[in-house]
Amino acid sequence: MSDTHAEGAVHHHQPPSGFIRKYIFSIDHKVIGIQYWCLALFAVTFGMLLSLMMRLKLAWPNAKWTMLGTLFPNGFQDGVMKPEFYLSLLTIHGTMMVFFVLTTAPQGGFGNYFLPIQIGADDMAFPRLNMMSFWVTFVGLVFMVASFFVGGPIGGWTGYAPLSSAGVVTGPGQGLGVDLWIISIAIFCIASLLGALNFITTTLNMRVKGMSLMRMPLTCWAWFTTAILSLLSFPVLLGAGLLLLLDRNAGTSFFTPSIWVTGVLQKHQGGSPILWQHLFWFFGHPEVYIAILPGMGLASQVLSTFARKPIFGYRAMAYAILAIGLLGFFVWGHHMFISGMNPSTGLVFSLITLTIGVPSAIKTFNWLGTLWGAKIRFQSPMLFAVGFVSLFVSGGLGGIFLGQTSIDLFLHDTYFVVGHFHLIMGVAAIFGMFAGTYYWFPKMFGKMMNEGLAKVHFTITFIGVYCIFLPMHLLGMAGQPRRYAQFTELPYLQHLEPLNLFLSIAAIVTISAQLIFFVNLAYSLLKGPKAADNPWESTTLEWSVPSPPPFDNFGGKIPVVYHGPYEYSVPGAAEDFIMQTSPETVPASGH
Amino acid sequence: MGRIIGALLFILTILSVVFVVMNYWPPPEAVNGMGHAIDAQFARTMVVVGVAFILAQVALGYILFRFGAGKKGERAAYSHGNNRLEVVWTIVTAVVFVTLGVMAQKVWAELHLSAIPADAITYEVTAQQFVWKFHHAGPDGKVGKLNMDLWKDPDSFGVDDRDPDAKDDIVSATMVVPVNRPVRVVLRSKDVIHSFFVPAFRLKQDAVPGMTITIHFTADKIGEYDLTCAELCGMFHYNMKSKVIVKSEQDYQKWVADMAGNH
Repeated sequence: MSDTHAEGAVHHHQPPSGFIRKYIFSIDHKVIGIQYWCLALFAVTFGMLLSLMMRLKLAWPNAKWTMLGTLFPNGFQDGVMKPEFYLSLLTIHGTMMVFFVLTTAPQGGFGNYFLPIQIGADDMAFPRLNMMSFWVTFVGLVFMVASFFVGGPIGGWTGYAPLSSAGVVTGPGQGLGVDLWIISIAIFCIASLLGALNFITTTLNMRVKGMSLMRMPLTCWAWFTTAILSLLSFPVLLGAGLLLLLDRNAGTSFFTPSIWVTGVLQKHQGGSPILWQHLFWFFGHPEVYIAILPGMGLASQVLSTFARKPIFGYRAMAYAILAIGLLGFFVWGHHMFISGMNPSTGLVFSLITLTIGVPSAIKTFNWLGTLWGAKIRFQSPMLFAVGFVSLFVSGGLGGIFLGQTSIDLFLHDTYFVVGHFHLIMGVAAIFGMFAGTYYWFPKMFGKMMNEGLAKVHFTITFIGVYCIFLPMHLLGMAGQPRRYAQFTELPYLQHLEPLNLFLSIAAIVTISAQLIFFVNLAYSLLKGPKAADNPWESTTLEWSVPSPPPFDNFGGKIPVVYHGPYEYSVPGAAEDFIMQTSPETVPASGH
Repeated sequence: MGRIIGALLFILTILSVVFVVMNYWPPPEAVNGMGHAIDAQFARTMVVVGVAFILAQVALGYILFRFGAGKKGERAAYSHGNNRLEVVWTIVTAVVFVTLGVMAQKVWAELHLSAIPADAITYEVTAQQFVWKFHHAGPDGKVGKLNMDLWKDPDSFGVDDRDPDAKDDIVSATMVVPVNRPVRVVLRSKDVIHSFFVPAFRLKQDAVPGMTITIHFTADKIGEYDLTCAELCGMFHYNMKSKVIVKSEQDYQKWVADMAGNH
C-alpha cells in the first residue's frame, strides 16, 4: 500500500483494533455479514430440530418420548406429546425459518458481505446503521427463542386473529409467549427496514466507476429488489403487529370482534379478523420473494461461473427479478380465497397470481439456456445451484394449482400447500444458501471447503428433500389438512399412514445428513487448504481481492469496471474468463 | 457428478409420473357437481403442469449428461442469449397460465357469484372450539331466529324457543341432507376462525366470528362423508370433525319428521 493511501484518502474509516470493535460491535460489512450468517445458522438448526420433533409426533402419535418429556415437562404427558406443544413447535418452526433464516441469511448474510464488494464499494453506505440492523435482529431472535420456552404461541406463523388476539381464554399457548412472539417480529421488522434502506442506498450511490446498473452481477439485482420489497412490506407487518399487541393487551378491537368462549362474552366492537389477514399477507406474499430472490440471483451467478458461459439473457433476467418483485405486491389475496373475503376480488387475485408464473418461467428458461453448450464444472457450489433450478421448477409449478380459485377450494390448508411452499421458499432458498456458502466460504474465511464431503452432503440432501416434500403434495391431493397434531381421528385419512411414516423417516435421514455440512464447516475452518484469490475463476469483483478481503475491501485501490459480470469463454481471450476489472477487450456484442 | 444428478432427475421425473398416474392415495370420491368440476380442472392443470415439469427436469438432466467439462482447454459456446426465444417463451407461458386461471373461475363463480336455487334447504352451521352444530328448519321449513345472547350457555347454539318458527327446529351434531337437492349453508363461528371442509365435496369455507358467510352444495350420492375443520382453531383442531349424511329424499323426510323440535 502506498503512502498516499495510508493517509486515509480512500477510506472513510480506519480498521478498529480492539476485539469488541472488531468482532462484536463491528461496523465492517464483512464482519456483520458473517454475524448474520452465524445467527441464521443457529436459527436454522433450532428450527430444524423443532421440525424433527413434529415429524416424530406425526409418524408415531402415541409413542412415549421419555427423554423429550424430561426436557419439556409442560409439552408432554407421560412421555406423549400434547397437541398444543405440537402446535407451538409448528409456530416457532415457521416463524424462525421465515424470519431468522430465509430473510436473514441470503440478504443480511451474503448480501451484506458481498453487495459492497461486488459493486466496488469499501463498505455499506451507512456502516453504523448496518451494525444496528444486526444487533436489533439479534434482540429479535432472543425474544423468539424466549417465546418458545415460556409456552410458545400455537397459532401458526400466520397468527390469525382472533385465536392470536383473544388471549388465554381460547386455550393454552395464548399467553405471554404470544406477546413475546409479536414483539420479536416487530423488532425484526425494524431491523429489516434499517437494512433495506442501507442496501438501496448502497446499490444506488456506491457503485464504482464503470459499474452501471446493467453491469451489476444478478446477485446485486436480487439484493436490491429484495431490499425494495422489504422497505415496502415490513412496515405493514410492523403496524399490524403493534395493533395485534394492543388488541391483546389494551382492549382495542382492530382484529377482534365480539366472541363467545366457553359461554363468556369477550366484548369487542368493530374488529375484523379479515383485516389482519389482509395486512399480514400484504407483507406475507412479498416475503416469499424476499426469501427466494437472492437465491435466484445467486443461482444465476453460480450457474454462469461453473458453466463457463455468459448468463443467457442478462437483461431479461434483471427485468424478471423486478417483475416478480412488482407483481408480488398484487397477489396477497390468493392466500385468502376461502377466508370470506369478497369472492369477486378472488377472481382478480387469481389471474395476477398466475401471471407471476411468466417471469418465473423466463428465469428457468434462461438458466437452461445458460447451461446449453456449456462446459460444466461440477464443483460443490454448482451442485446446489443445479439443485436449486430443479427445486424451483418443482416448487413453482405447485403454485399453478393453488393460484386457481376453484382448485384452492379443495387444496387450501392441505399438505399440498405445505409441500409447495417448502419446496420453493424453503428448500430451494436453502439450496441457494448452500450454494452461496460453498461458493463464498473461500472468500469469507480464506479456506477451501472439502469437496468430497460436499458431494455426499448434496446427494443425500437433494434426494432427501424430494422424498419429504413431493409426497406432501400427494397427501394434500388426498385431502390431508395441515396443522393437525395427529391424523388419527378422521376416517378418510387412515390410508395415508404409510406415506406419513415414510415422510418422517425421510426427514430424519435428511436432517441427520446436515451433520456432514457442519463437520465440513468445522473441518474446513480449521484444516481446510488455503484459498487462492479466485479459486473458481469467477469474473466478479470479490474475486479480484485477497481471500479474505482487507478491511476496506480493495486495499486502498479503487477498482474500475470494464465489462458486464459474466464474460466467460470469450473467443480470442487469453483465458476462459475476463474479470470485470480487466481492461482486456471483449467483442462488442455477444449476440 | 453431472451424470449422477442427471440420473437422479430422470428417476425423479419417472417416479413423479408413476405416483400421479397410479393415484395410490386418492381423496374421497367426489359426490357433488362442483367436486366433479374441480377434479376435471385439477386433471387439466395436472396435464399442463406435468408437461412443463417433465420438459424442465428432463432438459436439465440431459444438459448435465451432455455438457460436462470435457477436455482441458475446450471452451464453452459464447452467447449472451436470444431475444426471439425469450419473447416466444414469455407469450406461450402467459397464454397457457392465464387460460388455466380463467377456466378455473367458472366453478368459483357458480359457488359464490350465482343465485342459490329456490328449492334449496337451509342449514345454519355454527362452529365453536372444537364442535360443529347444524341447525335445521324442521318440518315448517322456517329457521328460527338466531339469538346470540343464548350463546352464554356454552352448549346453546342460539335457537330461541320464544320464536314460534324455532319450535320444530332441529339441532344436530351431524348434517343430514337429501340427495340431489341444493343445500344452503349459513356459516358462523362463536369464537375463533374455523373452516368448513368436506373433502368429498371439494369444498372449503372459513367460518369467521362476527361474519355470516353463505355457500351451497348439491350432493349427488347417498352416503356418509367426513366433515372437518381446516383452519387452525386451537389445541384440538385435529379432532374437530363431524359428518355430512346424504340420505334419499324419503329417508331425509323421515329424519326431519322424527327429529322435529329436537334442539
